[in-house]
Amino acid sequence: MPNFIDRRLNPKDKSLGNRQRFLKRAREELKRAIKEQVKSGKIADVDADHNVSMPARGVSEPTFQPAGDTGERKYVLPGNREFAAGDRLPKRASGGGATGAGAGTGRSEDEFQFVLSREEVLDLFFEDLELPDMVKLNLKESVAFKRRRAGFAATGSPTNINVGRTMRNSFGRRIALHRPGRKEMEAIAAEIARLEAEPKASTKDQQRLGELREALEKLERRRRRIPYVDPVDIRFNRFEPQPLPNASAVMFCLMDVSASMGEREKDLAKRFFVLLHLFLKRRYDRIDIVFIRHTDEAGEVDENTFFYSKQSGGTIVSTALEEMLRVIRERYPAREWNIYAAQASDGENISGDSERCASLLHDELMRLCQYYAYVEIIDERETEIFGTTDNGTSLWRAYRTVDGEWPNFQMTRIAKPADIYPVFRKLFGKQPAVQAR
Amino acid sequence: MPKKGAASNLLFQGSDWNFETLSRTYDAIETVALDDLGLDVYPNQLEIISSEQMLDAYSSVGMPLMYQHWSFGKRFVFEDHLYRRGRRGLAYELVINSNPCITYLMEENTMAMQALVTAHAAFGHNHFFKNNYLFRQWTDASAILSYMEFAKKYITKCEERYGTTAVEAILDSAHALMDQGVFRYRRPPRLSSEKERERMRERLEYEEQTYSDLWRTLPTTSESSDPDAVERDVSERKKALNLPDENLLYFLEKTSLILEPWQREILRIVRVIAQYFYPQRQTKVMNEGCATFVHYTIMNTLFDQGRITEGAMLEILQSHTNVVFQPSFDDPRFPGINPYALGFAMMQDIERICVDPTSEDRDWFPDIAGSGNWRETLLDAWANHRDESFILQYLSPALIRKFRLFLLSDEADEKYCEVASIHNERGYEAIRAALARSYDIGANQPDIQVMDVDLLGDRHLRLQHNVKNGILLEESSRDATLRHVRHLWGYEVSLAGVEAETGETLYECSTADIEED
Repeated sequence: MPNFIDRRLNPKDKSLGNRQRFLKRAREELKRAIKEQVKSGKIADVDADHNVSMPARGVSEPTFQPAGDTGERKYVLPGNREFAAGDRLPKRASGGGATGAGAGTGRSEDEFQFVLSREEVLDLFFEDLELPDMVKLNLKESVAFKRRRAGFAATGSPTNINVGRTMRNSFGRRIALHRPGRKEMEAIAAEIARLEAEPKASTKDQQRLGELREALEKLERRRRRIPYVDPVDIRFNRFEPQPLPNASAVMFCLMDVSASMGEREKDLAKRFFVLLHLFLKRRYDRIDIVFIRHTDEAGEVDENTFFYSKQSGGTIVSTALEEMLRVIRERYPAREWNIYAAQASDGENISGDSERCASLLHDELMRLCQYYAYVEIIDERETEIFGTTDNGTSLWRAYRTVDGEWPNFQMTRIAKPADIYPVFRKLFGKQPAVQAR
Repeated sequence: MPKKGAASNLLFQGSDWNFETLSRTYDAIETVALDDLGLDVYPNQLEIISSEQMLDAYSSVGMPLMYQHWSFGKRFVFEDHLYRRGRRGLAYELVINSNPCITYLMEENTMAMQALVTAHAAFGHNHFFKNNYLFRQWTDASAILSYMEFAKKYITKCEERYGTTAVEAILDSAHALMDQGVFRYRRPPRLSSEKERERMRERLEYEEQTYSDLWRTLPTTSESSDPDAVERDVSERKKALNLPDENLLYFLEKTSLILEPWQREILRIVRVIAQYFYPQRQTKVMNEGCATFVHYTIMNTLFDQGRITEGAMLEILQSHTNVVFQPSFDDPRFPGINPYALGFAMMQDIERICVDPTSEDRDWFPDIAGSGNWRETLLDAWANHRDESFILQYLSPALIRKFRLFLLSDEADEKYCEVASIHNERGYEAIRAALARSYDIGANQPDIQVMDVDLLGDRHLRLQHNVKNGILLEESSRDATLRHVRHLWGYEVSLAGVEAETGETLYECSTADIEED
């Protein structure tokens, strides 16, 4: 006897709990993997268009497994066409030489991978990162409003009367309240006129005339009581002031490409800016990025030149700040733009120029900038010496004075790729209270 | 044109199904299965489920009741991913070795598919579960569902009491050792959920009360330097612990000094489940072959009786053909030897040998060739073999030729693989033996045994991997697994790879050298 049971109405998603446990676990793993990736120096890859896949190591389930590339094995395979006993087949180069003949013993689960879209990667990448003070600034500076139609209102100024809507209301009201129409009254009036014109009116006609006059009077009274356009019919166009999205920000990337910036230093700076670039692309709908590189003279360049050009020379840092100032004056009025700046340098500067940089910041730039981050790239051996002290290059010492005065100024040192992400988080992490200007 | 009389003989028409047609078809299938094929089955319980529920079901290793663990979630996400991208169809059926035998029918199946699934699972698999000696000896179909219920509740209770993380950690480690958690040679005691619960309570009390010699930390009196005496001590110690032990999980459950009673119970649960599935892993070819052969035979019989339309039969044959498709080794779709294809072909071959043997068959299978009694021969094979012995006994030269099987020998040091044998007179024996061996789990799974532990000393647990044919362990997963062993054992664990034939030590690794991650 079969016993049929209909389970379709049973709860689905019996494995929901399992899945949640898994995703929780996977998320930790993914975050870790992404941090690893940043450390291992593949920041640029994160922004690549293709998906990022990573083996799920933290969610692997290890067991004792025979290694594919050891020992002697024998496989029985189907579909021989041409081989005779004693033939030799070259092993495949990849996959540990098992000639793809894992033959039913292979475990597909080992290849289990997460495929994360770029979006997902970036989400993990920028989790709880935020440009400082952004929200506050938006509230304060969202002064531009655009009036936008937003339906109708019963009150308003005469200029905004919406005739169509008003007339429609009045028509509806007139129909509902049976306001006598003009044709109806004209017909009665014509009848009256005809009867009055009659030379000798019979009593019947007289009586009829009286009725008609009465009716006409009644209609006229009614017409007066029910106006053609009543104040209740009037509708006004309603406008709502809508704040214009003020998510326009400009990021100045200042980089020292002087001779003292070696391959390593440039690389570190590059990575820092790549991260920054990614970060800004994420945060803003509209973001301008200005790349300024400097040696002993500074110039605005495009992204490619910024990162990949080989030009080099002496070092005058202040030229970059002046160039930045020039660009701000020309194109980015501080009233309309949120200005951020990040400067990467090894701190080497021509003597006397560091003070000039500091005063440029003090007097001009810090007032314009929402946030200014200075990243000094130092030698790994110097980390221990300089890591915690105020000693260091002239630029560093000069900037310390700025740091003390302006809360929206941050400075820090990095020595190796692994430092970048923590430093980045430190610089751009949610900060308790940065008092702007 | 089908006449009216013939039409009324049909079990169903069209692709829609309802419970009435299901039931009518079931009865017809049952008649063929029992009377014609002589199958012997557990009572059937057929459950209709939706596709989501099917995904749910086979992500929790096919059990209707299962404790919660993230790895099942992982499997779900994985399967779901493949399914949604169209890489893999859902299984049409799922069947559970229990009494009554539970078969899941998917709502989305057409009636023809429901009939096929009923014949395949509710009779083919069911018969195999009930009659195969491995299942009879090693699993207890009537107790498994209530045991799983107990396991699920128990683990939930543990999670409430000790926290999900703690339970998860134990389960992770236990799962890693699942393959080392079965008795291969002696039969485990039967389960009973009622007894189980009682036992659990008793055990907790017992553990508290009993003094165990294993816990003694005082040195023994005889500190002799006599090597013989030391030798004797060691062998006594091993004897007391019943070493060497192949069941690592069992050993840890009984002997580990750091495990709490509830942790031991969880190890036990995992071990019981591993044991329950062990016969299934040993009989894949036979089990699927049996079910496929049964559905093929039943469906053809019903078609011959005029009870299935040609359209339905075509649909059934199409899906049957998909199931038994065997791509060649150089085909990009080649996933290994398809157990459905091999099992089905062998069973059909047995039928052929019994009914219409060639002279070659008479040479190879004198007992059955021409006996005409293929039903009995198959029933006997299904009952008394596992994959390895089945292939060794029944794989015929005709079939080796049909599959064009060849034997490839692969030595790690060589640049080339050598074709050792092909489907010719000289190769049949070798191919058959090699193929059979490749289904022998005992031979293919790493043989890892607990060798020694000095409970009175440093409690260093020594495992030994008996290396056969020079096949070592994959290193990263080996180390990760050893970490799990250490987690359950609490003290240093080392693994030595010993060449099985020469006794030469090939490698040694210890948790002391493996970095914690």
